[in-house]
Amino acid sequence: MAEKKEYKVIGTRPIRHDGVDKVTGRALYGADFQMTGLLHGRVLRSPHAHARIISIDTSRAEAYPGVKGVVTAQDLPEAEDRVADLGEGAVNLKYLCDNILASDKVLYKGHAVAAVAATSPHIAEEACTLIDVEYEVLPPVLEVRQAMEADAPLLHESLKTTSMGEAADEPSNVASHIQHKLGDPEKGFAEADIVVERDFVTGTVHQGYIEPHNATAHFNQDGQLTIWCSTQGAFTVREQVAEILQYPISKIKVVPMEIGGGFGGKISVYIKPVAALLAKKTGKPVKVLMNRADVFEGTGPTPASYVRVKMGATKDGKITAAEAYLAFEAGAYPGAPVGPGAMCIFAPYSIENVVIDGYDVVVNKPKTAPYRAPGAPNAAFGSESVVDEIAEKLDIDPLEIRLLNGAKEGDRRADGPIHPRIGCIETLETAKAHPHYTAPNGKKHHGRGVASGYWFNIGLESSVTINVNSDGTINLIEGSTDIGGTRSSIAMQAAEVLGIPAESVNPSVVDTNSVGYTAVTGGSRTTYATGYAAYEAAQDVKRKMSARAAKLWEVDEDNVQFADGEFSCINGKEEQISFRDLCARLGETGGPVVGSGTVNPGGAGGAYATHVVDVAVDEETGKVEILRYTAVQDAGKAIHPSYVEGQIQGGAVQGIGWALNEEYIYDDEGTMTNASFLDYRMPTCLDLPMIDAVIVEVPNPGHPYGVRGVGEVPIVPPMAAIANAIYDAIGVRMTELPMSPDRLLKAMGKI
Amino acid sequence: MARKSHVQTTINGETVEFLCESRQSLLEVLRDELYLTGAKEGCNNGNCGACSVILDGRLVNSCLVLGVETEGKSVETIEGLAEPDKLHPIQDAFLENAALQCGICTPGFIMSAKALLDSNPNPTEHEIRYWLAGNLCRCTGYDKIVKAVMDAAKEASA
Repeated sequence: MAEKKEYKVIGTRPIRHDGVDKVTGRALYGADFQMTGLLHGRVLRSPHAHARIISIDTSRAEAYPGVKGVVTAQDLPEAEDRVADLGEGAVNLKYLCDNILASDKVLYKGHAVAAVAATSPHIAEEACTLIDVEYEVLPPVLEVRQAMEADAPLLHESLKTTSMGEAADEPSNVASHIQHKLGDPEKGFAEADIVVERDFVTGTVHQGYIEPHNATAHFNQDGQLTIWCSTQGAFTVREQVAEILQYPISKIKVVPMEIGGGFGGKISVYIKPVAALLAKKTGKPVKVLMNRADVFEGTGPTPASYVRVKMGATKDGKITAAEAYLAFEAGAYPGAPVGPGAMCIFAPYSIENVVIDGYDVVVNKPKTAPYRAPGAPNAAFGSESVVDEIAEKLDIDPLEIRLLNGAKEGDRRADGPIHPRIGCIETLETAKAHPHYTAPNGKKHHGRGVASGYWFNIGLESSVTINVNSDGTINLIEGSTDIGGTRSSIAMQAAEVLGIPAESVNPSVVDTNSVGYTAVTGGSRTTYATGYAAYEAAQDVKRKMSARAAKLWEVDEDNVQFADGEFSCINGKEEQISFRDLCARLGETGGPVVGSGTVNPGGAGGAYATHVVDVAVDEETGKVEILRYTAVQDAGKAIHPSYVEGQIQGGAVQGIGWALNEEYIYDDEGTMTNASFLDYRMPTCLDLPMIDAVIVEVPNPGHPYGVRGVGEVPIVPPMAAIANAIYDAIGVRMTELPMSPDRLLKAMGKI
Repeated sequence: MARKSHVQTTINGETVEFLCESRQSLLEVLRDELYLTGAKEGCNNGNCGACSVILDGRLVNSCLVLGVETEGKSVETIEGLAEPDKLHPIQDAFLENAALQCGICTPGFIMSAKALLDSNPNPTEHEIRYWLAGNLCRCTGYDKIVKAVMDAAKEASA
């Protein structure tokens, strides 16, 4: 159903609608919110990675001048031990509440224990130090394989492993075990001429958005709660806060302010319910901000993991079987993205015999949260390294072996779904034809690597309303917070339908009282699903406007057609009117026109990427320099190519950081020793070359313009691509992330 | 409560007076006392550059300057960059190049780029990357930011 035609608006590069506000400092982000009588809240966090709370005494803090209120878990309604779907998958409410404010145990350093509202942020901070908490310190467990051992310290006495639907009898840190199986792996390995099996370890990494979490809450005397905050999904904040506070959603309004990055990390709530509790207690609006250490230590990173991959192939390169063992750290509460990791790991290939086992394991670290294609990068680091090794051992070009085994329409993914039209082969062919792939690269300690990646993308619900203005422009109301230019990519789809310029659309992201339900900006769904809703809303406008034209011309609606921004009469009458001119005549033809579109589309369409990277390894220091980087990706149809390139470049660079620098470094007690931007060390522009983003367009049949999600898949290939390039440079297979200088020196036998 | 000091300074060409506690940073004063929220707090310890402003011609992290230190000085912030009917060429270049995604780091990058181009109107790509290394962006991979600053420099020298 995807149209293959020339577009007027789609594929162009207009200035983004919120651009001027964002380059002049005028755009208001969550922390910029001001209100008369505002109090400031700060959260006291656990100094221990694992401890029982014996007592909390807040009296000294409450007596401190300027303090207006203190809250602890005692102020939360007692949570039910039940699972609810809160817009980011199923969540156990008891766990959700305990992560907001610890009740009986603290499960990671940084776990919130209490919060203070005061007349200034400094007073609130000082008062936090006056809260006396008595702990019984327990031994922490900080690594996934240790946590899986039978005698490991237990985080939750009530947690029992669910293995493929069946619960075990004994408590364990393993929350669940999943398995996907396809064909006969044993037979497949028997058919192989070569089998490669390796273990991989990846570190805990953070989304690293520049804006810390923030929330301002106010309770009106009539019980109306308003929350102003940065979030990836205002409606999911409303749902989570409603469940945590046991308060009706109809009494909660969430106002999404501009958001300073999320990457999956601003879906779960942390301080929003705390701000609401403090507002309730003090009767004043309360703004709660995190500092950077709070963000590292108290909000979801993405899991560290242990991954084992075994693959077999025939001499001519046909992959006959694949096996994966994925053990992911969930952090303090269950919910590691091991499911998505299992869905993605072998998805770039057509393999008949596959078995994948996945384990979701709790450890004494912050509860993990989604981070850009959650789970897929950990898994792909393993599989894409092993494919590279097989290619090398068989003396086959690494892109050739991927083409030979590449996933196509009709192939079945190991977890069940059959691929619709996908662009795996096209991205591989584009990478192979790119000048980068054949450029000379023969210097000593220079190497080139490639890797592919897959992300399934999601649909979910979106709503859009369009109000038609008398001057031929439209106001577009949406509920998707704009993290990377989606006001424009959504507006452009409506503009295309109505034959008007992108600049004639005024998009607004509004609060939960002012637009229909819209799921999170996540899962690479916004341009796809909210764009789809905008398309439907514009179609609705078109239908209603056609009826107005019919009324003007006194003909049946069937006799009006719309093309290139003009309504015309097709029953012999020589009538024509532009969209713009008709907009001026709405009053006389029945009043304002409002269009609406709501969707919950199923055909998100998976995305493939293949990256090519050149590195130089400094033999003396072990430092890896990225010399050249090319990222090829199927976008389905790029609505605004500049922002598609931006997603590809940003995702690739996050992957470069994950590959080379980034990790949570813990001491034995479970304290993160590098909880600052200086020590966590994300890539700066000085660490990087230009990132050549190459867009491939294999239209997604599940969207009217062929859109596929683009945001997540670019973070999947970089780790393996860089590891493969390092192998090419120095002949050593790196199997642990990050591939930091010390690990390189060890691998080279220098230390 | 700590006693407040009276400070007189110049912000974006206008004389401004404010009261602040000695412990309040310039960033806090700009944001919480003067409601100039264009400078952002990303780390509050000089690591991220989101709070970059120009103090007496020199690029600083406003989170590392105390409010009381600005007595008698001149501060340039993102809010003062554009003319009433025209953006600054660096702002235009950021828009033309799609050099922002979430936009939280953008004011800091633009102020940093301004300080660079004020002192070095024709920087090389490497000089731009070296200068901007104190500003973190997590969305863009920096590619389009560096191109925007190169374009702004070209525009200014044309």
